[in-house]
Amino acid sequence: MRAPALAADDLPTGEKVFWTGFAATFRLEIAEAFRARWFAIYAAVFFALVGVLLVFGLTESRVLGFTGLSRTLVTYIQLTMAIVPIFILITTVRSLAGDREAGVFEYVLGLPVGIGAWYAGRFVGRYVLASAPVVAALLAAVVYGVARGVVVPWIELGFDVGLLLAMIFVFVGLGFLISALTRSVDTAQTIAFLLWLTLVLALDLVLLGALIRGRLPIEGVVAIAMLNPLQVFRTGSMLLFDPQLVLLGPTAFTVFDVFGRVGFMIWSFAYPLVLGALAALGGWAIFRRGDLP
Amino acid sequence: MITLKGVAKTFGAARILDDIDLEIPAGQRIALIGSNGAGKTTLFRCLLGEYVHEGRVTIDGRDPRRDRTEVLRLVGFVPQIAPRLEMPVAALMRYVADVSRGDVADMGAVAERMGLDVDQIARRPFVRLSGGMKQKLLIALALGRPTRMLILDEPAANLDPAARASLFDLLAERADATMIISSHRIDEIAALVNRVIELERGRIVLDDTVTDVGALGSVFEVALETAREEASFARAAADWGLVRDADRWSGSIAGPDRLRFLGFVARHAGLVRSLAMDDRTPAAPDASIAREDAHDGLLADR
Repeated sequence: MRAPALAADDLPTGEKVFWTGFAATFRLEIAEAFRARWFAIYAAVFFALVGVLLVFGLTESRVLGFTGLSRTLVTYIQLTMAIVPIFILITTVRSLAGDREAGVFEYVLGLPVGIGAWYAGRFVGRYVLASAPVVAALLAAVVYGVARGVVVPWIELGFDVGLLLAMIFVFVGLGFLISALTRSVDTAQTIAFLLWLTLVLALDLVLLGALIRGRLPIEGVVAIAMLNPLQVFRTGSMLLFDPQLVLLGPTAFTVFDVFGRVGFMIWSFAYPLVLGALAALGGWAIFRRGDLP
Repeated sequence: MITLKGVAKTFGAARILDDIDLEIPAGQRIALIGSNGAGKTTLFRCLLGEYVHEGRVTIDGRDPRRDRTEVLRLVGFVPQIAPRLEMPVAALMRYVADVSRGDVADMGAVAERMGLDVDQIARRPFVRLSGGMKQKLLIALALGRPTRMLILDEPAANLDPAARASLFDLLAERADATMIISSHRIDEIAALVNRVIELERGRIVLDDTVTDVGALGSVFEVALETAREEASFARAAADWGLVRDADRWSGSIAGPDRLRFLGFVARHAGLVRSLAMDDRTPAAPDASIAREDAHDGLLADR
């Protein structure tokens, strides 16, 4: 058998090389995930969640002002805020740092794929994988609701799907940043967990405690709430369902008062996207400058 | 041409590579030997542009870190330890073919010659394959795509004699390719190479040329007679592909494997009554190992 031929002048151009590497890595990330247990569990959790909410929650009874599908959506979104960030952070850092430890980086990055194409392919692949089950389960609920003749709050639904996608983006970005900063799975997981814990502790209700005890000025509390992607998502997701934000804490109310309705809607989309992009780009800058395996 | 000038790599306080200067002309076959921790894998990672290091590495005048896609497209790499990839074999082959502009069919053909039917394992996760199957597939992925250079980190470590013979044949067919093959022991790969470089604690302590003419791609017919029956010998002989006829065993072995074969016979010296080995390679010269003067002297302690 003759060795496959290699033409000396057959070198592809930079842009073509990037897209070839990006597309191949993206496909590989998807193929790898379909074999991985984390993805099966992740998807099952959200579809089970929707199933339970529909079975027990899709009624015309009124709870805290919400009825029918609106109530299901509000509950689902609040639950995703509890589940999605930690799930994404842990699975992302486990996947990347685990691959480094398992010799995957040594082998794959010994192939003629650009580091940028590889990084971007994995990032987008991971983002799609993290988003698809969450959004698909939500849409399944909507289809079920429509089939049963329930009124669908389309505007609120579209807004909240967008917020969900923005929140997932920021945590995938943070997961990539942590993975670039660390070289072991244990360290990466510990940092991811501590980050999530910090963000949970900086939620509105905890900030309320700090406010009451007078340890933080109101401006500081508001700033923390504005910079905490979890709180931004929480406030933003309730904005349309509960325009006065009476169900949320006083910080959210203050934020809403300062920003106004439209201003906060823009912030709740723009901030997670910018933060996620900065985190991902920071991870990329660190990754490409250091030892790859 | 591969050039290393003042290449050094440090992890914390440990200096794993220490001021390596090396020139490897195109087409040369290098055995990179050394004990564990000598720096072989680190040197490979520097060549592949995976490590940030002191000094300079160029492959055909290009920096493998800066021009990685152009450089790595020329390089086929087999790692010492197979990566724990969850993806199916077919997805892995597709990926390698896509990024290297290779052909899955070519890789499948090489795998078949290594004794691996990729159609049968296409849907199985790579990580679930046996050690030997993983090694065969990684070799197929490296040799089944268009390259001018092969970096093989202990490529024959998990292979049975038949697969080793196939690997030797495949390497013999890549006569123009530059090869760097690492091993703990020179006798494992002496027949594959024409130059030996030994690393010890990150420094080159030996740079020598080796001539083992006619060995790569050669075949030896072997016949031996045993004094009595012994189960362990029978199993090992079957692994070597020998066929039994009462107390007589016969078969053929790959030329590069003959030192290993003689080692196997030596371990059963009390059992073996007679041994014959005939070189069946057409017009094969004497296949004894001879060393020539190295360009840098016999022992180039740098």
